[in-house]
Amino acid sequence: MGIQIQEAIHSGQTPGPPSLGAGAGRSTGMAEFRPERSETGVWIGIFAIVMSFAAFTSAMIVRQGASPDWRHFELPRLLYVNTLNLLASSVTLGLGRKQLTSVAGLLASATERAQQSYSEGMNWMYCTLALGALFIVGQVLAWRTLATQGLFLSTNPSSSFFYVFTAMHAAHLLGGIGGLAYMIRKLSKADRTGQTTGMRALCVYWHFMDGLWIYLFVLLMART
Amino acid sequence: MHDVSSKRIAHLHTAPTTFIRKYVFSLDHKVIGKQYYGLALVAVFVGMVLSWLLRIHLAYPGWHIPFLSKLSAAGAPDGVMTPEYYLSLLTMHGTLMVFFVLTNAPFAAFGNYFLPIQIGAEDMAFPRFNMMSFWTTFLAFVVMMASFFVADGPPISGWTAYAPLSAVGGDAGPGLALGQDLWAISIAIFCIGSLLGALNFIATTLDLRTKGMSLARMPYSTWAWFVTSVIALLAFAVLLPACILLILDRVAGTSFFIPGGLILSDKLQPHSGGSPLLWQHLFWFFGHPEVYIAILPSIGIIATILPVFTRKPLLGPRAFIGSMVAIGFLSYMVWGHHMFVSGMNPFSANLFSVPTLVITIPATILTLLLTASIYGGKMRFDTPALFCLGFISVFISGGISGFYLAQPSLDTYLHATYFVVAHFHFVMAVASLFGVFAGTYFWFPKMFGRMMNETLGKWHFWLTFLGVYCVFMPMHYLGLVGNVRRYSAFVDDYLAPLIPVHKFITIAALLTGAAQLIFFGNLIWSRFRGPIAPENPWEATSLEWTTTSPPPFDNFGGNHPVVKNGPNEYGVGGTDGNDYVMQNAAPKSA
Repeated sequence: MGIQIQEAIHSGQTPGPPSLGAGAGRSTGMAEFRPERSETGVWIGIFAIVMSFAAFTSAMIVRQGASPDWRHFELPRLLYVNTLNLLASSVTLGLGRKQLTSVAGLLASATERAQQSYSEGMNWMYCTLALGALFIVGQVLAWRTLATQGLFLSTNPSSSFFYVFTAMHAAHLLGGIGGLAYMIRKLSKADRTGQTTGMRALCVYWHFMDGLWIYLFVLLMART
Repeated sequence: MHDVSSKRIAHLHTAPTTFIRKYVFSLDHKVIGKQYYGLALVAVFVGMVLSWLLRIHLAYPGWHIPFLSKLSAAGAPDGVMTPEYYLSLLTMHGTLMVFFVLTNAPFAAFGNYFLPIQIGAEDMAFPRFNMMSFWTTFLAFVVMMASFFVADGPPISGWTAYAPLSAVGGDAGPGLALGQDLWAISIAIFCIGSLLGALNFIATTLDLRTKGMSLARMPYSTWAWFVTSVIALLAFAVLLPACILLILDRVAGTSFFIPGGLILSDKLQPHSGGSPLLWQHLFWFFGHPEVYIAILPSIGIIATILPVFTRKPLLGPRAFIGSMVAIGFLSYMVWGHHMFVSGMNPFSANLFSVPTLVITIPATILTLLLTASIYGGKMRFDTPALFCLGFISVFISGGISGFYLAQPSLDTYLHATYFVVAHFHFVMAVASLFGVFAGTYFWFPKMFGRMMNETLGKWHFWLTFLGVYCVFMPMHYLGLVGNVRRYSAFVDDYLAPLIPVHKFITIAALLTGAAQLIFFGNLIWSRFRGPIAPENPWEATSLEWTTTSPPPFDNFGGNHPVVKNGPNEYGVGGTDGNDYVMQNAAPKSA
């Protein structure tokens, strides 16, 4: 993989402030100002995801109160490690983004320092990818730990919700991992411009996955 | 062309060259809009035939319909449907109509085609998501239709799929094994498609408005699609988890919705502790906003079309838009009024009754503004205008019965009767479809470059308008005298004296359905033989009428209009002989 950093600013896609509520026609034409649609899309998607997990949460609260059959169990300790792992992945993604966006407007051959920043940035991106994958593996291992204790999806409503919450979060994180892999591929391509388009959207989504997991972890600790 | 001040910009994606990319897996929002419309047409045809079969069985329960026994030998031996198969067909009628017609046609179909053009964009914000959205919905439709052909047919649990009936499996009755699985999977897939579509609509409206297209200058239809997409984003995001939990109850042995101690077909069900009411709460938290997902786009379409034919601006544009937003907000606070008879605490019922009555205020404002806007206009009675007037009529007729149903004490008596059937068919189904008809007659020239036949259109309107009143108005009286709904026959009980009313309704339903063949015929004939449509046949102001009929691939031929006026500039005098100002034209005062 060579070092290819080309101009990020293209086709009117300028890095700018978050686009929510920004009317393209307010003062300038579309040609001059087009916010990153990917970031708008991610924020809208986050609203939908929050709503979905709010629905799951209210279902959990109602189900727990509906019947005395709710059994508490101890969460696998591995989840603490997974949590640290995911938090670390947000840090590495932030570092990667910082390095890559600092040189996004420069050509590949611009300076040695630019090449170094690009190289470091890419390393952080790969590191994030690995940590994200490791988190998923860790969650699967946590499921296996529960299974060895005889706690399966249908064993008890508490275990049902544990599997549902963790599986749904993992499914959403897999979407983030796919987005990250796509971004890395885009950054690695020689003949493409504007590689960092969508980087902010990716970071927003990834950090949201962190926040969502912290919420779920606390909820599961309190309820299961 | 009118005064087209414009900005030149690059298209989001290149023009397709192959048949598959042009017409099948197309990224073009216009093609996707037509695909949604076509899917809705197929679904409405199936749903209408199902309603015919249901109505025939209610009025003439002994009739043999050979086709039915071929569709399901067990469900309709000798061509006479069993009570269970009646419920199966009823479930499919409701499901197809609510999800695949009332959600798809006014929102996804017209919204996809016209939202980007009305804001001056060349496409949706995420064309690939848009394509995925349609094909996901199409897959949901195929899965849903597959339930007709599995061993015990479609589910009998209604379009609301109330638990535990929908959750326990085949022991509870026909259609509740594989048929119910397919229903739940189909709706889950439909949710994903709808979420992708809503996300696209919101992002497009926020990010891709052309120069000068402020929020206040957006046409009412664009506003309606935008508000609806926000509602849809939050509503389908709740139905999807509900469907996932339902599927898990069915296939993985969990007990989210199934209580303990259930004995079905002499078998103790291996579940415990679940809450059937939990399903109702989750479902109706989606289900009531879904009513507005069905009706708001049609309200926006009517508000866009009506001023074109009254030749005067709609009254109170800010109040109109504010009322749509208020309805969207309040729609999330009223779901409990569907559950007044579920055994809920009467205080809770009152808590849901109040916002239900409050939501009638913005709905009434919308209706009054539409009605009052006609006063003083120079009405042109073309077919789209007739359907606008018809919309106002049926929306009021259906809305008034809502006042009664909003009160728990009255709803307790009326809830399970034909009064409710009349209410929701008028206010949600027929009103929404009148919006679709108005939109079709109005935008067909832009979509296909040909005018629709006016004479056939007027026949279609009058037969449909009178027909729906003959079908649904008597149902109010059936409900008031206690005629329960969801029963397959009334021949041998205290309701037998009402059979003549049912026969009248059935004949009216068959004739009204037959009148829709005029519409189908007009669509097909006009598509190929209709007179060539000019750029702006109705003398309307919004941006879709500034481009060719049909629009080019990138909507504006590489240019984007610069908007200088609101969409409401009708009845304005001028030296050019026109009584309107296009959104991208110089203001008349200048």
